This record gives sequence, structure tokens and C-alpha cells, in this order.
Amino acid sequence: MTGNELFVLAVTILFGALVSGTPLLFATMGEIFSERAGVMNLGIEGMMLVGAMSGFAAWFKTGNLLLGLLAGMAFGALLALLHAFITISLRADQVVSGLAVTFLGTGLSSILGQPYVGQRTPPPTTLVLPILEHVAAEQLIIIVVGLILAPLAWYYLNRTRPGLNLRSVGEYPSAADSLGINVLRTRYLYVIFGGAMSGLGGATMSLITDPGWVDGKTSGLGWIAVGLVIFASWDPLRGLWVSYFFGLLRRLPLDLQNPALPLISTANNPSLGRLMDMLPYLATIFILILGSREALRKRLGAPAALGVPYVRGERGL
Amino acid sequence: MNLLSRRIRIEARLDNPGWIGVVSSILGIVLALIVGGFVLRAAGANDPIGTYQEIFKEGFGTPADWQAGITALLANTDCPKGSLCFGPLSDTLVKASPILLTALACIIAFRMKLWNIGADGQMFMGAWAATGVAVFLLPPTTDRPVMLAAMALAGILAGLLYGAIPGFLKARLNINEIITTLMLNYIAYKWMEYFVVVGPWSIGDFESTGKFPAAASWPRLTELSDRIPVLSGLTVHPGIFLGIVAAILLAWILYRSRWGYEIRVIGNNPKAARYAGISLRRNIILVMGLSGALAGLAGMNEVAALRELNGRFQRGFGFTGVIIAWLARLNPLAAILVAFLFGGLIVGTQLIQPQGIASMLQGVILFVVVGTELLFHYRVRVEKIEQVTAAPEASP
Repeated sequence: MTGNELFVLAVTILFGALVSGTPLLFATMGEIFSERAGVMNLGIEGMMLVGAMSGFAAWFKTGNLLLGLLAGMAFGALLALLHAFITISLRADQVVSGLAVTFLGTGLSSILGQPYVGQRTPPPTTLVLPILEHVAAEQLIIIVVGLILAPLAWYYLNRTRPGLNLRSVGEYPSAADSLGINVLRTRYLYVIFGGAMSGLGGATMSLITDPGWVDGKTSGLGWIAVGLVIFASWDPLRGLWVSYFFGLLRRLPLDLQNPALPLISTANNPSLGRLMDMLPYLATIFILILGSREALRKRLGAPAALGVPYVRGERGL
Repeated sequence: MNLLSRRIRIEARLDNPGWIGVVSSILGIVLALIVGGFVLRAAGANDPIGTYQEIFKEGFGTPADWQAGITALLANTDCPKGSLCFGPLSDTLVKASPILLTALACIIAFRMKLWNIGADGQMFMGAWAATGVAVFLLPPTTDRPVMLAAMALAGILAGLLYGAIPGFLKARLNINEIITTLMLNYIAYKWMEYFVVVGPWSIGDFESTGKFPAAASWPRLTELSDRIPVLSGLTVHPGIFLGIVAAILLAWILYRSRWGYEIRVIGNNPKAARYAGISLRRNIILVMGLSGALAGLAGMNEVAALRELNGRFQRGFGFTGVIIAWLARLNPLAAILVAFLFGGLIVGTQLIQPQGIASMLQGVILFVVVGTELLFHYRVRVEKIEQVTAAPEASP
């Protein structure tokens, strides 16, 4: 294998990392907003599954990719609305309600997605690029969307008035309330936004990055996103590169099956490949360990009111 | 009646009546069935009520079946043709035993507000370790009680270690246990796949360890069928007693022992616990360990019932445990009853299309149960705006 070939391979793997990291990026962004507003939503996995299923179904019926993505967002948002109602209005435990979202999403997507299992997938618009050669234009576009989105999200959170309101609601809701910010409405808004982003992540997966619908399509990606939010210290820019890193880890077992790779190819050793599938999950635990050290050192922390329902006039945050 | 002159007020509740738990659990099940009916309709099932009847029949049998069974039992004859007798009940008990144990695993952890969502992975590791002992460590000629005890011990130990890891990470580094236990679930699935599907434990292309030696399997009721013919074909095994004994022990620990008191104090108010000199770190690791051990025992229980470990070892019992724990209001004894109901749900939905209906029903149940939590802490009053006379109407 020559140096040039290795370079091409490296670029291919990196592009693959960007592709498979993008759904994760969307979900992570959404959860960062939701948690910054003080509501933890552990239902990402369920919302992504529903988004993936409904997005695929909408595309299948209409043939319109954009409509598919929008449908995924809408149904992800709908599920998040349920979570918002239960946790914000009914003040229920966010952990348990989030789990319920995941159960419900898993079940619903499984039941309603049955006609779509193994169906034809959206045909990619192939572009011919140097080095990468054949690339689906849709993948390129969605990567760019993700790349633009993360800095925008950072700017919104840290440099705008609504972003400040959002953070204040998550850090010190009673103070925010006293300044005339509608705590409950703000929280509703960003929980729903988070759901829409998770739905978008799911639909991106089933339509663009890994086309097709099967039961349990996301295979724990939603849960990884929950972990990434913590490691990203609720910062969209950190979320960006961590998502891509996990995209890389998810692709790696596939890439290493390439027999052209010297030394590290798993082509002749399928059981090693099986162990490699553990990597993203192991890495999630590992980065949480790393992150906890850093959090202690830099005193980074979760939004102060994360997980605490806001009740006007009651003691608490 | 002028509705506009009334308003809904939510006020703090000082008492804590016990009926709310029962009502909300029942409400949860009823609402889940209603919502589930609509979803089934949307999915193309024309007769949701018929589907539910089918689930109930598959899961528990019909009164006619039970009657036929009892008649046959008394007359010491075979189960009459066309009747299921105790078959569904037996299948349900078989499924209820592992999920009762995973539910107990969740209960003990949730009592301390430790969100162990990893009972599934801990169960997988328990099943893996028990299989290792049964197939690769002890000779097949080992006595059945010794073999089963060794398997149970291996399952408990594996689960304990696998649960203690996230406990340790939580206690020492304050790492969110929800994420770690979940990630460990996926790692356990892959671990099992590695050994059983492609790796060292699979026999040929069967993705299985092959049948266990007889000593490594639970005795089944059907083994008595040469003396009591009606028991023929019943796979129910003593594993259910493991769960029941564990539930009683756990109830004793929680409500009668000093340790259980500490667990409940930490769960209700960690600050108060700290001031009272209760060690948070130690208890986090201990409780996660115990929780994992119970789930690991569930894994052993399941492989000894399946009598082989294969690539189709069922996922999701750990998550069902979460639902049962909540529906039982974190009461170990109530969990026995709820686990039985859910065993029926699992058995009943096994053959029914579309799949995923069990998961959806569980999600809705959990929503309602957690949504009505509000009623524990607040009283919902509808009152007229001018007058203060209030009608205590509850609404969810």
C-alpha cells in the first residue's frame, strides 16, 4: 500500500466519520438546549427512533427527502411535548419520564414501522469529487448543515438575549421568573426543540447517512448522545467534535474490515470485529471518566437547576 | 354550571394517602390499554379488543382452561384435548421469574435514587458466567443442587461486579450512573455475541453453546407428569421461588433493617443522610452491587430455564424491570404481583403481531404512573373564584 493510497483511505475514513457523526451531532445539540433550560430528556433514543421511522415513512409515501426530514422533526417534537407536559406541568421525575419516552418511542417505531422494514431506500445523488470519488450529495449537504449549526448554537446560547434567558432558566429559574421570563414556557420551547433535533438526527440516519429502516435502527446512539452532552459540558462546540469522534468510532469496525489495511485489518478475524463494536460504548464511559476529572479541576458543571421542576413560590432553586 | 367561574388550583399536600399509588397504577394500565388500542388500530389491526383478549388468553389462559386443568388434576387424567389447562400460567411464571428479579434489582437502586438502567447488561453477564460454570468449569456429572448453586453464585458474582463498576464510578468520580449502566448494557450484549455467536463458545454455526448438561437445568414440573398426567408439558420451574424469597428478603432489608433505613434516608434526602453520618459512597457501591447481583441471578435463572445459551438470549428484561419497579411503587412485595402480570404480557405478546406492542404499552404505563406522581405531593382542587367552598375533584 503506497502513501497515496493510505492518504485516500484516511480521507475516506474521515469523511465516513463526519457522515456517521452528523445524526449524533443533531441529537446532542438538541439535548444541550433542553438541559441548558433545566430539563433532562433521557428519551433521545426513543425520539430518534420515532424520527427515523416517521421520516422514512414520509419519504416513502411522498418521495420527498426534505419532507421526510421535516416529518422526523415533527414527530420527535411531538414525543418531546409529552415529556415536557409530564415533567414541566405535572412536575414528574425527569429521569423516569425520559425512560418512558424511550420505551414509547421504541415500541411505536417498531409497531408503525413494520411495513417499511427492508424497503427500497432513497437513491443518492452521486457527485464525483477528487480523492473521495463518489459521494452522495445529500451526505455532503447534511454535513455542512451540521457544521454550520454547531457554531450557530454556540452563538445563540452565549451571545444572544434569548440564549441568556435560556441559560438563566436552567441555572436559577426563580431569579429568571422575577425578571419576567416565563420559565415554564421557555422550558417547553427548548424541550420541544430538543425533540425536533433528535427526530432530525433519526431521520438523517434513516434517509441519508445509513438509509433504510429496521427495528431499533439507532442501536443506542441516543444514549450515547446523552453521555456526550455531559462530556461536552453542555457546550455546542465541544459537542461538535465529540460527535465526529464518535462517528469515527462507530465506523471504525467497518473500515477495519478493509483487507487492504496492513496489520490492523480485521478481515480475517470476525470475532475481533465483534469486540470492536464495543468501542463507542466503552469510549463513552471512558470520556465520562476523563470529563469528570476535568470537571473537578475546572469546576465545570451541569446547569444548576437541571432535573428540578420549577414551582413558583416554592423553596428550591 | 358556569365553568368560567371556577379555577383549578394545585396546592401542596401534607398527608400521603396510600390509595393514590394503587389508583395511579391501575389508571396506568387502563390508559395504556386504551392508547395501545388506538395505536394498534393505526397499525392496521381492526379489532384491538380482540387482540387484547388474545394476549390475555395466551398469557393466562381462560377460566375454562383452568377449570379443565383442575378437573383433570383431581381425576388424575390428561389435560382434555383442545384445552390449554395450566400451560399459559406455567409459561407466564417462567417469564415472571427473571423479570421479578430484575424488578427487585431496580427497586433497591431506585430507592436510593440510583438510576440503575443496566439490569439488562448485568443479567446478561450473570447468564454468561452461569453458563461458563455449567458448561466449561464443572463436569456434567456434578450433582444438580451443587451445579445450580454454583451457577447461581457465578451469576450473582458477575452481576455484582458488573453493577459495582458504575457504582464505583458514581461514588468516586460522580459519573452519571444512567449513562454508564446503559453503555455497559451494550457492552454486555456485544460480549455475549462475541462468545456465543462468533467466538469460543459457539458450537459450529449454531450460535449456541449447545444443550446444558441435565444437572445445569432447572427441574420442570413436566418431569412429574408420569405420576400426575395433567402436568405434562409444563415448563414452570423453582426459579420463581428465588424471586419470591428475594422479594421478601429485600422487603425485610428495606423496612426492617438499619441498612434499609439508611438507603431510604439517602433516597429521600441525601443531605440529611450526610449530616446523620451515613456514608454515601459506601452505600452507592453496596447498593449498586446488590442491584447487579439480583440482576445477575435473573440471568442465571433464565439460562437454567432455557437450558442453553444462544445468540437469541432475550434483551429487555432489565427494562421491563424498570416498569415493574415503578408500577409496584418500589415495593418489593407488590413487585411479585406486577411481575406476574408482566410475565403474562410478555408471553401473550410473543406470538402477536405487530411486535413492539409490549414496549409501547410499557412506555404508556410508565408515563401515567410517573405523571400521576403529582397527586402524591399536590392536591388538585377545582374551586369557584368568589367562594372558597371547594369540591375536591381529582383530575390527573
